[in-house]
Amino acid sequence: MKFGVIIFPGSNCDHDAYYTVRAVLEQPVTFLWHESHDLENCDVVIVPGGFAYGDYLRTGAIARFSPVMESVARFAAGGGLVMGICNGFQILCEAGLLPGALLRNAGLKYISKPVQVRVESADTPFTNACRKGEVLTIPIGHMEGNYFCDEPTLQALQREERIVFRYVENPNGSLDNIAGISNPGRNVLGMMPHPERASEALLGSSEGFKVFQSLLGAAVAR
Amino acid sequence: MKAYVYVTLKKTVLDPQGKTIQGALRKLGYKGVDDVRQGKFFEIMLDGGLDRTAAEAEIARIAREVLTNPVIEEFRYSLEE
Repeated sequence: MKFGVIIFPGSNCDHDAYYTVRAVLEQPVTFLWHESHDLENCDVVIVPGGFAYGDYLRTGAIARFSPVMESVARFAAGGGLVMGICNGFQILCEAGLLPGALLRNAGLKYISKPVQVRVESADTPFTNACRKGEVLTIPIGHMEGNYFCDEPTLQALQREERIVFRYVENPNGSLDNIAGISNPGRNVLGMMPHPERASEALLGSSEGFKVFQSLLGAAVAR
Repeated sequence: MKAYVYVTLKKTVLDPQGKTIQGALRKLGYKGVDDVRQGKFFEIMLDGGLDRTAAEAEIARIAREVLTNPVIEEFRYSLEE
């Protein structure tokens, strides 16, 4: 199963994701440059955390116009697996691959700490190795993680069980405690917590690694 | 011609920065302030290649497609000769 990790100018969790896939998950992985349209036949595309294009204008606002995102949109429309982590989640929302937007944290502070997130749906390629209701300890590190969408969108997310992760204790004012959501096809995930930063016991938690294990399981199932 | 574009959070979206500024103004003793909304302001110089109607359409398109995220923000603009 081949993974691709996109590099935008300002990405800073790209190497963490790459390392997790190569060294811990032991799968082939390549970097994908933001100016290229070529996804190099990857089975999974990771849009990593960081500050793509310096977060100028809005988080993810400029990144969504980059050439690679046109290919990611086509890939996702064809059922390809796309995971956006933190800034990657913000970019996927700006690109319209996921609904809603991520606002400034309600407390106006950058938050960097481990948090508990509950798996609300195990019926996704990103969480099939988890139990529904399972609580994972995964770090967050963001200034804009306060998920917002309009009421009809929220109802659709709830009804279709597309809220994949909820915070046990809401750190940032996020609507309905949302920490991660999927698209209707369940092949695109966006999450604010960083599973790649919790993928080995040495890092303080290996519970985020279940997200990567799930992807491997999803590939086998396909 | 010059365009001024103002981008603000929608009324339905909480603006914690505006609320913080409002609270600070109150603590500092400023009177008569009921609400504060923080936003962004853009000055766009046009190169003269578009007439006023075309310039308005182009500025609206720029504001809608790039300068705002329609999920959370709204805009208004004005043109100056």
